[in-house]
Amino acid sequence: MKLDVARIRKDFPILEQTVADRRLVYLDSASSSQKPRVVLDAMTDYYETTHANVHRGVYGLAVEATERYEGARDRVARFIGAPSSRGIVFTKNVTEAINLVAHAWGRTNLGPGDAVLLSEIEHHANLVPWLMLAEERGVELRYLPMADDYSLDLSDLDRLVDGVKLVAVTAMSNVLGTLTPVRRLADAAHAAGALCLVDGAQYVPHLPTDVTELGCDFLGFTAHKLCGPTGIGVLWAREELLEAMPPFLGGGEMIRDVRLDGFTPNEIPWRFEAGTMPIAEAIGLGAALDYLDGLGMEAVREHEVSLTGYALRHLTERFGDELTIHGPAEPSARGGVLSLALRDVHPHDVSQVLDQDGVCVRAGHHCAKPLMRRLGVGATARASLYVYNDTDDVDALADSLGSASDFFAL
Amino acid sequence: MPGLEDLYREIILDHYRNPRNRGELDAPPAHRVEGFNPLCGDEIIVYLDVDSDRIADIRIAGQGCSISQSSASMMSSAVKGRTTEEARAVTRAFKAMMSIHESSLDGEPDGLVGGADGSGGGDGDVKLGDLEALRGVVKFPVRIKCATLSWNTLAQGLDEATEPV
Ligand SMILES: Cc1ncc(COP(=O)(O)O)c(C=O)c1O
Repeated sequence: MKLDVARIRKDFPILEQTVADRRLVYLDSASSSQKPRVVLDAMTDYYETTHANVHRGVYGLAVEATERYEGARDRVARFIGAPSSRGIVFTKNVTEAINLVAHAWGRTNLGPGDAVLLSEIEHHANLVPWLMLAEERGVELRYLPMADDYSLDLSDLDRLVDGVKLVAVTAMSNVLGTLTPVRRLADAAHAAGALCLVDGAQYVPHLPTDVTELGCDFLGFTAHKLCGPTGIGVLWAREELLEAMPPFLGGGEMIRDVRLDGFTPNEIPWRFEAGTMPIAEAIGLGAALDYLDGLGMEAVREHEVSLTGYALRHLTERFGDELTIHGPAEPSARGGVLSLALRDVHPHDVSQVLDQDGVCVRAGHHCAKPLMRRLGVGATARASLYVYNDTDDVDALADSLGSASDFFAL
Repeated sequence: MPGLEDLYREIILDHYRNPRNRGELDAPPAHRVEGFNPLCGDEIIVYLDVDSDRIADIRIAGQGCSISQSSASMMSSAVKGRTTEEARAVTRAFKAMMSIHESSLDGEPDGLVGGADGSGGGDGDVKLGDLEALRGVVKFPVRIKCATLSWNTLAQGLDEATEPV
């Protein structure tokens, strides 16, 4: 089934805005997506009718709030094909999810002489927690390089994976759009006796996700990139791994018993949810997943492959050598993230001109500085696509890039 | 909404296309200072040759957007050959022009913005000349950081270069 973008656009209140009498062209969903009304309504409704702290009261409201919060957990489990909700931990975002693993699993299982395999195309969120661990306890970090076609270069995988305890990779690059071979990496990790963590921040919002098919042991993602609210993210992990992990943050909710001389941690997943959690946000996330499943994730992916193909063709035809698009040429090998370099015009200047036309793109290093160095650029202007974008948005982008090119003509 | 011409004045584009004092100096004897804009990845390197309190030579390296590059180019022309005190006064005057929003944006703790209230003494007389062209940047608050990057880097370099040994 094809997405009806005109109808979908009506679900997003923010897209009713105009800039200089033209419709808002929002092309920064890789950074954060917009929210449909059903998500906003779910959160407001919760506050207006059901709010109370969860897991803490026997009165009706508290019970209902708890049911809604735990219902959101079940919803997440279904969305990613997790065998049970016990493997679903709510976090603040994917950054916290990865830090949780680095802290609770990493500090239990990694020491001097142990190695972790990452890749050169990671977001800082999947680099810095491991760099911190490397600094703190001498863990060795290895990196899968990027090939010239912007895929991960696996030619040396056997050697690199040998002896590592964890392979931690993104499933989709937030700069290049590259889809990585997660299944193959997870299998290689397991064959080497290692675990596999996947940063699903860019993947889960855009492709049907099934943790069993991916074959990974940990998967993190963030709600605000998939039509959900900010302030909530998810760590999924195989239950036996969570069972064996000590708590991350300490406080209320994550304990079973506290004495003055010690404590007993709670069961999973609550062991990892210290303090009052973002309850309304969890409910908003549940509503976002309902919304996406209503569209159908297969249809979402199909729409994005076709729109990305249109954008790649159209921009290449119009700008030729003037425009570099850092990412795979084949739409089926990538997501709808277009990192653009217009001649030698700085991305800041490009996005300034685009802003005048109401075209929102992100200029910068996209929290992937090692990848920027590998690409030999300081920054790119990144346009990214989602369910509410159509060929009109791509055409507006192309026209605005044309203006930028003229404005900065030497 | 302010238009592009408020931001990209002709003289700014000229400095961007034909940057003055671009290059490097041997350091030492010159002082080499790096400045980063973590937001956008712009990097600037200022080389300062300070000879008995006078900026005998200055070079700019690094990469960035038209605003950061042109500001650096204009800065180098404005302070080359001047005493370090004069260079500090221009820096204060420039930052005062830019500080209208900057302090409220992120309260940058570099202590330079303090000069904006005139406490630097007599900065009101400083002529900014071409640098006035950058005044339009304050209408684009996210770009103020681009314009001030080279100046903050210069200020740091001046402090290092004039530190009593
Ligand atoms: C691949 C990837 N990983 C991690 C993140 C971090 O997401 P968050 O800031 O929500 O933790 C992002 C988004 O910025 C991303 O694109």
